[in-house]
Amino acid sequence: MYAKVTQLILIFLISPFLFGVINRIKAFFAGRKGIPLLQTYYDIFKLLRKGAVYSKTTTWIFIAGPIISLSALVCACAFIPFAGHRAFFSFEGDIVLFIYLLGLARFFTVLAALDTGSSFEGMGASREVQFAVFAEPALFLSLAALVRITGTMSLSDIFANTTINTLTTLDPAILLVIGALFIIFLTENSRIPVDDPNTHLELTMIHEVMVLDHGGIDFAYILYGVAVKFWILGTLLMSIIFRTNSGIVFFDYAVFIFGMIVLAVAVGIVESIMARLRLFKVPNLLIVALALSVLALTLTMRI
Amino acid sequence: MNFMLFSPALFILSGLCALLLHKYNKVSNCIGAFGVVTGCIAGLVSLFNAYTNPESVALSVPWSIPYGSFSIAIDAIGAIFLFPIFILSAVCAVYGLEYLRHYYGKKNTASAWFFFNLLIASMILVVISRNAVLFLIAWEMMSISSFFLVLFEGEKKEVAKAGLIYLIATHIGTLFLLVMFVLLGNEAGSFDFNRYQITAGGLLPSIIFISAVIGFGTKAGFMPMHVWLPEAHPAAPSHVSAVMSGVMLKTGIYGLLRVITFIEAPCAWWGYLLIGIGMISGILGVLFALAQHDLKRLMAYSSIENIGIISMGIGLGILGISTQNPVLAILGFAGGLLHIVNHAFFKGLLFLGAGVVLHQTGTKEIDVLGGLLKKMPVTGFCFLIGVAAICGLPPLNGFISEFLIYLASFKNILAEPSIAIVSLGCIASLALIGGLAVTCFTKVFGIIFSGEPRSSSCQNAHEPGMLMIVPLIILAFACVAIGISFPFILPKADRLLADITGISPDLIRTVLSGTMNPLIYITTAGLLLYSGLFLFAVLRRMLLKGRTIDSVPTWDCGYAKPDPRMQYTASSYVQPIVDFFKGILRTQKHGCELIEYFPDSSSFKTKTSDIFQENLFAPILAFIHRCAESLKWFQHGKLQVYILYILFTLVALFIWKL
Repeated sequence: MYAKVTQLILIFLISPFLFGVINRIKAFFAGRKGIPLLQTYYDIFKLLRKGAVYSKTTTWIFIAGPIISLSALVCACAFIPFAGHRAFFSFEGDIVLFIYLLGLARFFTVLAALDTGSSFEGMGASREVQFAVFAEPALFLSLAALVRITGTMSLSDIFANTTINTLTTLDPAILLVIGALFIIFLTENSRIPVDDPNTHLELTMIHEVMVLDHGGIDFAYILYGVAVKFWILGTLLMSIIFRTNSGIVFFDYAVFIFGMIVLAVAVGIVESIMARLRLFKVPNLLIVALALSVLALTLTMRI
Repeated sequence: MNFMLFSPALFILSGLCALLLHKYNKVSNCIGAFGVVTGCIAGLVSLFNAYTNPESVALSVPWSIPYGSFSIAIDAIGAIFLFPIFILSAVCAVYGLEYLRHYYGKKNTASAWFFFNLLIASMILVVISRNAVLFLIAWEMMSISSFFLVLFEGEKKEVAKAGLIYLIATHIGTLFLLVMFVLLGNEAGSFDFNRYQITAGGLLPSIIFISAVIGFGTKAGFMPMHVWLPEAHPAAPSHVSAVMSGVMLKTGIYGLLRVITFIEAPCAWWGYLLIGIGMISGILGVLFALAQHDLKRLMAYSSIENIGIISMGIGLGILGISTQNPVLAILGFAGGLLHIVNHAFFKGLLFLGAGVVLHQTGTKEIDVLGGLLKKMPVTGFCFLIGVAAICGLPPLNGFISEFLIYLASFKNILAEPSIAIVSLGCIASLALIGGLAVTCFTKVFGIIFSGEPRSSSCQNAHEPGMLMIVPLIILAFACVAIGISFPFILPKADRLLADITGISPDLIRTVLSGTMNPLIYITTAGLLLYSGLFLFAVLRRMLLKGRTIDSVPTWDCGYAKPDPRMQYTASSYVQPIVDFFKGILRTQKHGCELIEYFPDSSSFKTKTSDIFQENLFAPILAFIHRCAESLKWFQHGKLQVYILYILFTLVALFIWKL
């Protein structure tokens, strides 16, 4: 029990740190010094100290949106294993609840965006739901492939059984799932090549434009929610690729956290060397993820 | 048992009274609604009695109609359908009381009550009848009474057309049912349901099953037999649409389940067929829903989607029975049946909500509405719960039923490839449906209730009276309550599942107790979610205490004079998806070509018609029309020549007998 609570607290404490890492990497590629590693924490605390400005058009949905989204994401954390150790909650089929909690967060982010009546936010919301239509089946199928590979049905069991060892036996199905999950990870977290988290005002943005009118405490909730979501989806990836099973709990934890930092570095590198895709090409990218997971499933059907 | 008959009798009686007193609008209105509400309460009481002592609930009286007998009974399968019928009908009757007030003097509201009460009485009779003749009579009564309700505003051209399409479609369905019952009766030598027992093997069970799928599927709205649905539902008054979509469609599913119990053992391919139909109805239903601009038409397509989900659950269940896989059978049926009840509640809620919008603004065009949440906060809140529930979001009821179907599929991913592939297909389809439903219903809520009003029709909108609001609150509460309390409800379903699957109750209890663990966790997660919500809301309030809260126009990247017309519309919101699926949707676009540098007034219009109606039924009907046309020389309406035909026929018969 203590271990599980410690895991949750670690997730809640560390997740905003990863954005600092990404920014440092991008700054390094651009030849800049970069913002402090702890900038996300500073931002959140600064926002929590602010008052509020609301549009006359908005209703309580606008305020409820960030609150509900953050609760859903925090709730989803309870189902995420940490360093291959069992999550706070786990049961057969928790995959479904987990993905639908992410869906709930998205649903209210979108509604809060539409509540402003701004055409920019409508545009962002429209794109967000469009990409989700493709990303959700891809996520379901790639996790289904892992179910088929490991023979277990909860996130905790799946990631307890897929370790670096499964990788070294080089099951091609696992490699395909990793590819699919990486694409989904970038999409769901609104990173390049799907979305650009840096510029708030461009017409081409998706997530950032949806939260354009939010400020103060509401925006702090959103920012923190985004950080937690980054951790949650990153875990799906790094629990397969980067963790040890040494028996010493704190060593495992440290290795896993280091793995998440490596993931942030990888995201930073992708963002530095790649351009954003044209918007109408994004569905094609997501269909690639879908195809990879279907291919992985096909491989597991071998007798 | 007699108490059970009391409620349909009360419906019919109060309907007749309402009709007799049609001169006094208010009185007939009250009598009609009062009859429904008391009848439904009586029905719920007798349902509860039937649950506590199941032996006492059968009645069989000989009848003078050939092959007919007045046999009725309630069993667990019937009860699961009766429960939503009683609740939704009562709630809709209360709502109709105020909704129809608007039509006093313009329409004969008394006849609307008569047919409404008749519709509910006949739905109950369909579910409790145990004789094919009685069943078909009740079935026909149900179709005819709902046909007249669709024609409530029959002076409008499109309503008249909708009524005609409905009448034809429903009778084509009945035709197949007639064939099916005759086949069944021929085999059993009787038309009583308890004599129907078809042994497996041979072609007969499959022919019966196919007729049932076509006949009952037409009522339920399986694609491609759904074409009447998007026409008829928008035409009927809103409380009638709610009943039609929430429970009348389900009588089709009921018939299908009943027929399956007649057959000793279902074949595996029936399960595959139903799953296939479910996937097609589900995905295409929601795709067409999101391309619609008419709120009630959109809801009708979304009903097709939900019928698809139900069909997937039932298909998995049948597959489970035929492959002797009790977990698949029990979870599949449990998910499908729960979705029947859930859909009655949230779709009822959404149709009633759509009725409020229509009542207050006079339009159901999504694109001219906006900002209604400020004008009707309670309606908007209830509508939001309905929207979240229909998207299957936790912790509401829609999630639980979809979860059971997901769980059935996930448990069978590890099975042999043929079942694993079907299960994966179900998972992928449900995920796709989920994503599309979120798009569709964020559009509905976001465009209608959020933002600024897009036209003057929203100006005078305000919260309706208590009689229309309380039904919404009751249904919204049901959605929340089922979502949280389901672990306490599921163990009570063992007898129901035993009746349908034919699996021993002990095994069912074992499987169900294995399912309890996930469900308890889901409830826990739901409570966690609510407490998180509370916590973050309180934290926000505490932090904001004493700080300034400003109110300004939406920023919109610095526009000085924002105009409601600048907002995103429903069409623009779904445009990327509609364009992506243009091969299926075939949306027609009109206008919007900007040629000059300073274009003046311009217009843009899109329309998504039903592909099955345009490309499948229209050509067939045109062909029939052409054939009929060529018979015109024979059938021209000249009486003298007809008499000549008779003479010729008689002479011919005379010569033949000679």
